[in-house]
Amino acid sequence: MFEIIEKKILKPSVTLIKIKAPFIVKHAKPGQFVILRVEEEGERIPMTITEANHDDETITIIFQVVGATTTKLNQLEVGDSLHDFVGPLGKATHIEGLKKVAVVGGGVGCAIAYPVAKALYDQKTIVHSIIGFRSTDLIFLEDEFKACSDKTIVMTDDGSNGNKGFVTDALKKLLESGETYDEVIAIGPLPMMKFVSLTTKPYGIKTIVSMNPVMIDGTGMCGGCRITVGGQMKFACVDGPEFDGHLVDFDEAIRRNSMYKDFEIKQYEHACNLLKEQDDAK
Amino acid sequence: MLNKSMTKNIMPLQDPQVRILNFDEVSLGYTLEQAIDEARRCLDCKHKPCVKGCPVEIDIPRFIEKIIESDIEGAYQVILESSSLPSVCGRVCPQETQCEQICVRGIKGEAVAIGRLERFVADYHHAQKQKNSVKPQSNHHKIAVVGSGPSGISCAYDLALLGYDITMFEALHIPGGVLVYGIPEFRLPKEIVRKEIQVLRDLGVDIKTNIIIGKTLTVEDLFSDGYEAIYLGTGAGLPKFMNIPGEMLNGVYSANEFLTRVNLMHAYHQSSSTPIQIAQKVAVVGGGNVAVDAARAAKRLGAKEVSIVYRRSMIELPARQEEIEHAEEEGIIFRLLTNPIEVLGNDKGFVNGIKCVEMELGEPDESGRRRPIVKKGSEFELEVDSVIMAIGTTPNPLITSTTKGIETNKWGCIVTQDESGLTSKDMVFAGGDVVTGAATVILAMGAGRNSAKAIHQKIKTKN
Repeated sequence: MFEIIEKKILKPSVTLIKIKAPFIVKHAKPGQFVILRVEEEGERIPMTITEANHDDETITIIFQVVGATTTKLNQLEVGDSLHDFVGPLGKATHIEGLKKVAVVGGGVGCAIAYPVAKALYDQKTIVHSIIGFRSTDLIFLEDEFKACSDKTIVMTDDGSNGNKGFVTDALKKLLESGETYDEVIAIGPLPMMKFVSLTTKPYGIKTIVSMNPVMIDGTGMCGGCRITVGGQMKFACVDGPEFDGHLVDFDEAIRRNSMYKDFEIKQYEHACNLLKEQDDAK
Repeated sequence: MLNKSMTKNIMPLQDPQVRILNFDEVSLGYTLEQAIDEARRCLDCKHKPCVKGCPVEIDIPRFIEKIIESDIEGAYQVILESSSLPSVCGRVCPQETQCEQICVRGIKGEAVAIGRLERFVADYHHAQKQKNSVKPQSNHHKIAVVGSGPSGISCAYDLALLGYDITMFEALHIPGGVLVYGIPEFRLPKEIVRKEIQVLRDLGVDIKTNIIIGKTLTVEDLFSDGYEAIYLGTGAGLPKFMNIPGEMLNGVYSANEFLTRVNLMHAYHQSSSTPIQIAQKVAVVGGGNVAVDAARAAKRLGAKEVSIVYRRSMIELPARQEEIEHAEEEGIIFRLLTNPIEVLGNDKGFVNGIKCVEMELGEPDESGRRRPIVKKGSEFELEVDSVIMAIGTTPNPLITSTTKGIETNKWGCIVTQDESGLTSKDMVFAGGDVVTGAATVILAMGAGRNSAKAIHQKIKTKN
């Protein structure tokens, strides 16, 4: 069993948990992910690793409550255990030799972008972080990003932090002002990564995106996570999860992620109803 | 007294109209009387051709004789000398091309139903109150078995009996490999696999799930942890696609994904949180047992029309005869000499058809089977809302790509030196589908046994 030894509610729908996982910590690197099951008969869901701590042998993940499984995951408290926890999966982020990088995070994707920014900063890469949220009350990890970035720009869709716009607006401004980067690393919702890639393309700056498609095993067995990259079929779980954003067919990936939308909505409503019943019973 | 009946005792089955509404096992198994009666059909011939037809050389006439004597436990022990998975092999082995193919009774009439008898013996054994098996005394040599499918199970079983401390590593959350994620409940109930796995645990085998060798731990980690030999029985898990347009549409599955959702994740069950598309019309591409399993599973999920699309004819269709018959009884349509060239979709990106061409058979190719050739101008469209690709699998490179010195061939299969399964890396052995490419449970089991012997030999001579 995989015990939760720390839990922090970062935002009303964003939670951090630290899980005891001595085996997984051993080889875990930034950019890799784990697959977990909350309970028997639960689905297997992939989660990118936020931190692998070798001292206390824990894996930290930050997740947004978006569906039935993440709702159930959010119900677990310190001392509870995950039913299954396996990893590290996928390839690690390539950061060696990069001199100057813009790290772009969107929403809960910032939880994954942060360890990448930190790893870059630790190897003395110049890091410009651009992170975006829907509004001020959803901002998280701002201080952490600031601590490992030479420049940090925080955007909000609604402008509630005084900096209205998307991450792409900020990135565009930087590029137009003459900033250049060895690489732009973008992690967030698919449309965000798509538009970051479109923004950097005219400048010819290599852009890495982190894909998070539907998957079951995470070892290349099911092929459910297949995406098209440069006209070729790739499995995100073993060939990725990071790919060249200029080559990814985002529209197809967005469409494939909607495969089980109806089922997911039903499951989510069911999970919410169960929770409500539990609360009512109290 | 010899039973002179020219035909096998009929296997009791669930009625097709009933079974397409459930996932319970189709074949119900012989009763004791039916089994003894069938056993009496065996001529007990001196040259025992059936034994040579069995990849693990079970002493078939001897276990059949025990059945006639009503000593079913004795029969079980005879099988166990050669096979660690009788309840599985009795169900999924292609007996018609192995032991039963060369049974003398088969020259005039039907062969003795060896597979059904094996299954009967194993089920009878498992139904008895189990005696606590005695855990063999440890010889304190640690061996790692990677993969908990048939080949890993047989290797672990044999080595555990010899006193080795076995740790078995499984990437998924339940042990059993293809027996759990691949073969459906209606053909191989998971309770049976669970019992076979329990046999291993009773022998002291430590089964660690959720550990991916090559990712969580490397082969080198295992050696530094004190394992003296490693057996790789990791199977052929990577699905192939056809590389035709439309394979990225929503509603196109690999058979691996479809069957894993159904078998491992129980997507057909209300209590499961794993989704699966409930399609009305399904095309399964391919002609092996996996294709037939996927087609029959799709039917049970509620599809109105399920077709198997196969580019050669019924003669070449590689699935077992029994499975083909069961599928036909269940209303699965076999569209033979048909090959898909494109999956078609609607404006939302969901499958709404499959474009195919008709084929005819030409000269035999390198596999000895007649090569299918496209009939000119034969294009046609089938209306379907789901397509399942069951055209084969290849070995997973997770271990070979993270371990130095394990040679593979151009198909990604691990190269072994001989029957022992020794790879190009010292004390690393491999067997089953990861060596042969996708094949049968019994061949994988046989390979596991051979490596167990070789590992024992190596460690004995070293010490």
